[in-house]
Amino acid sequence: MTLTSKTLLVLAALALAACNNPRAGGSFGGGGADGFGGPGGFNDGGISVGNLGDPNDPNSIAHFQQRIGDRVFFTVDSSSLNDEARSTLNGQARWLTSNPQYSIIIEGHADERGTREYNVALGERRANAVMQYLVSQGVSANRLRTVSYGKERPVEACAAQRCWDVNRRSVTTVSGVSS
Amino acid sequence: MTRLFHVLPALFLVWFAAFAATLPAQAQPLRLQITEGVIEPMPFAMPAFVPENSAGNQYSEALARVVSANLTNTGLFREIPRSAHLGRISSFDASVNYSDWRAINTQALITGAVSVSGNRMNVKFRLFDVLSGQQIGEGLQFGGSTDNWRRMAHKVSDAVYSRITGEGGYFDSRVVFISESGSRGNRTKRLAIMDQDGENMQYLTDGRALVLGPRMSASGDRIIYTTYETGSPRIALMNTQTGQRQLVGDIPGAMTFSPRFSPDGRSLVFSAARGGNTDLYRMDISSGQIQQLTSSPSIATAPSFSPDGRFITFESDRSGTSQIYVMPANGGEARRISFGQGRYSTPVWSPRGDLIAFTKSNAGRFHIGVMRTDGSEERLLTASFLDEGPTWSPNGRVVKFTREAQGGDPALFSVDITGRNLRRVPTPGPASDPAWGPLLP
Repeated sequence: MTLTSKTLLVLAALALAACNNPRAGGSFGGGGADGFGGPGGFNDGGISVGNLGDPNDPNSIAHFQQRIGDRVFFTVDSSSLNDEARSTLNGQARWLTSNPQYSIIIEGHADERGTREYNVALGERRANAVMQYLVSQGVSANRLRTVSYGKERPVEACAAQRCWDVNRRSVTTVSGVSS
Repeated sequence: MTRLFHVLPALFLVWFAAFAATLPAQAQPLRLQITEGVIEPMPFAMPAFVPENSAGNQYSEALARVVSANLTNTGLFREIPRSAHLGRISSFDASVNYSDWRAINTQALITGAVSVSGNRMNVKFRLFDVLSGQQIGEGLQFGGSTDNWRRMAHKVSDAVYSRITGEGGYFDSRVVFISESGSRGNRTKRLAIMDQDGENMQYLTDGRALVLGPRMSASGDRIIYTTYETGSPRIALMNTQTGQRQLVGDIPGAMTFSPRFSPDGRSLVFSAARGGNTDLYRMDISSGQIQQLTSSPSIATAPSFSPDGRFITFESDRSGTSQIYVMPANGGEARRISFGQGRYSTPVWSPRGDLIAFTKSNAGRFHIGVMRTDGSEERLLTASFLDEGPTWSPNGRVVKFTREAQGGDPALFSVDITGRNLRRVPTPGPASDPAWGPLLP
């Protein structure tokens, strides 16, 4: 496995708990496919496909997503990391340190109980909190990038507390290469 | 892309002269005071426009319907149904038999006429105060392409509204907004534009990239919005005449969003987020030069200029919760103006300069409200599960906003500044983030 600058994305994303076939191609993360323009034909669009691997393989992306956990949760208006979040991120940092070929996009998300603009800012603050923590645990900052989706990409849509609780999240999406 | 704003090729007649000369003296008996909140709408009659040639027939009813709907939708007027009419307007120039209209308690009578030649049409109207038995202002006529027939009806409506209320109108105006489709977790959002009454909608983006929060320039020639087309929030500037667009306001390493034009259209103010901190920046559009306006370790976003361009109001959570602040337009000390219970967001300065509209959340409810620009006299206009993002009508008397029912889709609503006349604005599907443009020329 080598990291080449041109190789892009196994945008192996979250929610692959739902993906039974670990050989399935990368799917976009909670962020969604807000791709560049360009005509939407049927070519590969420069996107390479890579394996997520077996979750029992500790170096697989599937392991990262399903066993370590690719997301942490926040309380209302907060970007503070609680013990559970730090524990998850410690696991992420260890995995990332031992799998240096991957780069990472950290998505910050908010629940729907706020205005659109504020939530974009809040999502950035959450993503940044996660990034700073991963850096403090030894992950190189130049492997990390953040993006905020505000309240635009909820994972749960029930418009009730139990859904808002899981929508206030950051998701660490692993991209990079295989082979 | 075709031109989005068609200027009526020729608006003949002496609009301003007729107006200025006659309004103060003669409009008095029919005057409505919008600020006091109208409890009893003014009854008006709007007979079909008199067709002055056979080609005008097809617009005779249609024009009257648009004018009636505009006036009725303000909540200030009530149409007397056609079936109750005793009098009949068969000639635009015949004298009005006031007793026929008094008998059915008409206060305002609007008469109109229409003629069509090829793709050109000519629309005329007069307004009468039935109780005092006199015409208000002189008759006006509008000429233009038949494609613009609705705009001519809107101009008639604006003139009637102005003559009776003493305020500027807002019917001949457009609204940009976000048209939504798809599942809640992976929404497709497209920039769209429509007439203020929901007609003539056009899409301006194709939905491939997530787009948020459009704003129109004061002259309506450009739209600014947030796009995720690069994968991260960026600001795009679109020319509404040509459809050309470009990304602007690049700040390395930052996500940029929540843009708004200055009143003179020469600069933008927007938010940039990086390192867990969101600050406000101002950019000169022609030179691209960027100036940082705030530097507080907190969120500063949703900026909006005062109409004279001297101040910017914005929201910040520097006190611990989101509150509304006002600062000089080139930065400097910001003064907090909101002090009530709850969180305050998305302040927007009225085009009249007298009020700031905002979103407030408190105790699990969301409100659209208005306050004076020093924060006094706060007044909540709405309450619901989720209301947000007010935008002002060109005359500063009505706001549109986004309302989302619990578990439902977002939709556009309007309410007047007295909190009366809450209405849903028709859109083809779920819609959010309205931005009301200027009164068209």
